[in-house]
Amino acid sequence: MSGIISQNVGRPSGLVKAAAAAGGVWTLIKTLTASADSDLSFVDGTDDVTLDATYPIYVFKFINIHAGTHAADFTAGFRDGGSAYDATKTTSTFYAYHNEGDSATGLTYASHDMVQGTGFCQIGGDAMGTDNDQCCSGTMFLFNPSSTTFVKHFMVNMNTLTEADYSVNEYTAGYCNVTAAIDAVQFKFDTGNIDAGKIKLYGIKDS
Amino acid sequence: MSGIIAQNVGRHGGLIKAPSGGGGAWTLIQTQTASASADISFTSGLDSTYDEYCFKFINLHPSDNDIVFQTNFSIDTGSNYNVTKTTTNFEATHNETGTSGFKYGTGDDIAEGTGSQRTGLIGSDNDESLCGELRLFAPSSTTFVKHFMARTQSYYGGAYAWSNFMVGYCNTTSAVDAVNFDCSAGSIDSGTISLYGIG
Repeated sequence: MSGIISQNVGRPSGLVKAAAAAGGVWTLIKTLTASADSDLSFVDGTDDVTLDATYPIYVFKFINIHAGTHAADFTAGFRDGGSAYDATKTTSTFYAYHNEGDSATGLTYASHDMVQGTGFCQIGGDAMGTDNDQCCSGTMFLFNPSSTTFVKHFMVNMNTLTEADYSVNEYTAGYCNVTAAIDAVQFKFDTGNIDAGKIKLYGIKDS
Repeated sequence: MSGIIAQNVGRHGGLIKAPSGGGGAWTLIQTQTASASADISFTSGLDSTYDEYCFKFINLHPSDNDIVFQTNFSIDTGSNYNVTKTTTNFEATHNETGTSGFKYGTGDDIAEGTGSQRTGLIGSDNDESLCGELRLFAPSSTTFVKHFMARTQSYYGGAYAWSNFMVGYCNTTSAVDAVNFDCSAGSIDSGTISLYGIG
């Protein structure tokens, strides 16, 4: 490359030469920004969202998710046909915790796992506070959601500043026990709205 | 976008409009290579450009044996690394004779402290090192605390595979604009740390 094209490599604006892998292995698909929203949903084929066989791995990034209601739990639901986010799930969850007063620490398996449940799955952000600076951030991987052969595995790691001033580092993993494709994912609190924050959806290429 | 530019979005050739992240979701901002370094500090490139930053640790090797590799944060571009933090720390371990462990690291965490946070343990035999990553979310926010998550894998104590999980938040609403890595004793003899922005 030469001239203006080479000068613009890695730049956030202007014209560049397309990368050999079409812009990187990770592709930002969609960013949703909450503003007192009851939920944030990523639906394949809607509002420029891709959640199909295009990518074998999808990644959701949670950036400073802030709850509208005190002590709310952040949750995820998966759509496997129809309009309901009710795909059957079995999950495991454990977390480490430590409070700002240094009076409580621990590493424990969580009771809010799921056994063939169809409700929304708690994915961290437990008992979140609504102080102005309280929020949760983290990552969720969703593997091969378009498969019609296998279950759909997902893995979440989230850190939360809770209403009781705890740092809670939670790991949730499980699978949607369905062979129908998962074509949409919805995030919401178990009570109240998502007051602020961003959720970003990426696709990761394998070729 | 319109015309040829719009048609070429996501293509493997031709001219396209640069993506907002500057050429892919992950952008390498800086790599620093240790050479008997007292510490390694990143004092630029941490701002509002990206919602998440990731430091990758590649074969960090200390000068002193069985030391703590540690992290701290700054809100004044590296003049002071003393941001208040609350953290958790747990570890999974297994040694070469078959002894394993999985526990919360009592005393390895911080409750509203300003000191450096343990991020891993490393031995100094020639083949001992640490690899892993630390993710820092939205460091430029002046509204929220700054969450961070580190996972490292190291060769420690001459015989241990040591997997360390350190996570917490900088309890400040000031922007975090610099990060420092060092060892509890001696220097970082060799290895690299790379900083990426995730757009």
